[in-house]
Amino acid sequence: MGSNVHMGALLAVVLLAIAPVAAKPYIPDTENVVLERLPERTDPSLRDIKRLRSALIQHPDDLGLAIRLGRRAIEAARATGDPRYLGQAQAALAPWWQLVDPPSPALLLRATIRQSNHDFAGAIADLDRLISRNPADGQALLTRATVLIVQGKYTAALADCVRITRLAHPLVVASCIAAPVSLSGDASGAYAALVDALARAQGTNPDLREWALTLAGEIAERRGEYAAAEMHYRSGLALDPRDPYLIAAYCDFLLDQGRAQEVPPLIANQTSNDILLLRLALAEGQLPEDKGAFAEHRQELADRFDAAHRRGDSLHKREEARYRLMLQNDVAGSLRLARENWQLQRESADLRILAEAATAAGDSATLAEIAQWTALNRLEYAALRRPTGDHR
Amino acid sequence: MSPRKITRALLVSLLIVATAAGAHKASDSYLTLARAGSNTAVIEGRWDIALRDLDNAITLDTNGDGDITWGEVRAKHQSIADYALSRLTIESSGALCGITAGEQLVEEHSDGAYTVLLFTGDCPRPSSALTVDYRLLFDIDPQHRGLLQYVEAGAARSVIFGVDSHRQTIGGAETGRFEQLRQYVRDGVWHIWVGFDHILFLLSLLLPAVLVRRGRIWRPATSFSAVAIDVAKVVTAFTIAHSITLTLATLGVVSPNARWIESGIALSVALAALNNVFPVVRHGRWVAAFGFGLIHGFGFASALEDLGLPTGSLALSLFGFNVGVEIGQLAIVALFLPVAFALRGTWVYRRAVLAGGSVAIASIASVWLIERAFNLALPGLAFTG
Repeated sequence: MGSNVHMGALLAVVLLAIAPVAAKPYIPDTENVVLERLPERTDPSLRDIKRLRSALIQHPDDLGLAIRLGRRAIEAARATGDPRYLGQAQAALAPWWQLVDPPSPALLLRATIRQSNHDFAGAIADLDRLISRNPADGQALLTRATVLIVQGKYTAALADCVRITRLAHPLVVASCIAAPVSLSGDASGAYAALVDALARAQGTNPDLREWALTLAGEIAERRGEYAAAEMHYRSGLALDPRDPYLIAAYCDFLLDQGRAQEVPPLIANQTSNDILLLRLALAEGQLPEDKGAFAEHRQELADRFDAAHRRGDSLHKREEARYRLMLQNDVAGSLRLARENWQLQRESADLRILAEAATAAGDSATLAEIAQWTALNRLEYAALRRPTGDHR
Repeated sequence: MSPRKITRALLVSLLIVATAAGAHKASDSYLTLARAGSNTAVIEGRWDIALRDLDNAITLDTNGDGDITWGEVRAKHQSIADYALSRLTIESSGALCGITAGEQLVEEHSDGAYTVLLFTGDCPRPSSALTVDYRLLFDIDPQHRGLLQYVEAGAARSVIFGVDSHRQTIGGAETGRFEQLRQYVRDGVWHIWVGFDHILFLLSLLLPAVLVRRGRIWRPATSFSAVAIDVAKVVTAFTIAHSITLTLATLGVVSPNARWIESGIALSVALAALNNVFPVVRHGRWVAAFGFGLIHGFGFASALEDLGLPTGSLALSLFGFNVGVEIGQLAIVALFLPVAFALRGTWVYRRAVLAGGSVAIASIASVWLIERAFNLALPGLAFTG
């Protein structure tokens, strides 16, 4: 026994010294100390996922159950930003995941998961198959439109949006159409139509309204109509104060408006989300009274990006490019990431970080490329017209 | 709900996921394996696994309040170790390393608390290359990754395990192949040395090599070079023969019945020994060496198969094992020949060593033959080559 104790001590010393990610492993003092708070503590609806998972373990081939779990898990991934839920959705679909021609509900979820993992080609292939099976599959058309918008293929996206006109709620149709139109020459028309559809959809599903309001806020902000943008963002937050996507959009708006002090309370306890942690650190960097928190959060971001690199992840190049430019002063690294990211996805935020990195690096070729893209799509984007280097 | 309403409800939730997910650290575990040197049997292991992930797998939050306390984790230490270690295998030279769980601590990573599971691995066949098969959590979350930091003699390298890359060999391809070759050579040598049947067969053929039969009398051979040539002929014939059958059997061209082969080997030893007492074959001992060598080759093949052939390096292992067998044989010859040559003129050599030794060898081999042919274990003779 004595030698076992010795061995343990020796190992502990050796391994604790060499472990790459080590702070200091320890043995907690008391039984009651809480080591981890599970997400279902703040969102009890997440318990469904555990329940569905245990049910599915008993009947792994039950497609209906797998689809229910898959959808719940995808919703949870959206609500929390936690990719573990996407993995769980994928695991639920395991019997169908490798099939070339799975049943339609499985195919739709697979496309959604692939899109979330930035496998846009895989997602489009699945969606094409769904739409060829059923040309009136509104969900597949809408999802394909979303992927095409992310890829900057506005004409094709618009065609899909037009096809769902009689298949989905008018607010869905209006939002679907407004997104590509606002990015390709008619921002004011798209915005007016979207606001109109919102006004006529007062009583509808709050998730849908929140989504449309976020989009309205983004279009208004790109057009430089800041008061309107703020109104939309706030109305959206009133419907769902925890949606990470909307919080991030509103925080970016506040940072641009020089209202950094309003950012920390919005993020509060959602710092496990990297995108929100980045906004928090960006805000704290501008607030002298938050110096200590700033240093701590910047380090935490560095750890998170490092951890992502170690697993071979490149899911948030856009965010990392921004982190490197604004918090690490690594202009070259930022530009490299922003360029790589631009090859994959072409949302306006992708364009913006590319422009900022290229400006900081004095990369006139990239700036010319951006000007060409903007002119080609007749993109209205107020932030791009700002004096360079001013991130507020 | 009407179908249309279902569609609407679904729509939004599936859309925004693209931009929102992946904003959070994904599920990773951090595995560290450390060895003092490249051929060390003992591996020291440390495995950091997120409590959240373990909770998904084996429910750490026993009271279901959404908080995982140290008490809850500690109560599950045995289950955690069993769960995790049943999803990790480490192999060296085709043999599994035994893993023993040690203490568990707690570590804060950038995304929450992890258990730190310490363990030791003990590899029965140490080599510089380790094959690690990592299967933790992939059934629950195919996007899970295992991040291995492998530390050897202070130098670290990292390996990522994913659902499609759960089995990987650490140890550079070059050194890995060289190391494998070395290992098989060693196995070949070892097999000859511990395989008494092969040694006894060879000795039976070599014992009379330092003598010349005149009529019914053994006389010392006069020239060492003639003896050496005779020995070389025997050893070469044996080598060529067993190489042929070893290759054929390993490649699966022929697969004779193991019991017949083992019996045949025993018979070959008995006959070779008896031939020294009642000489029938006098000058063509190399022919006997060749003929029986074919049978011994099949025996080597089953020994090689028992070692576990690594896929993709069959030729390498075959070559290495054969080279090892030759080295082992030559070592025996190198020890035997000078001593036998020096003693060849003595009565002791001719009566005690040649005659007595051959009778003893023939007796042992006969027992083997009976055991192997009839699948019995005769008392007092437990070891069977």
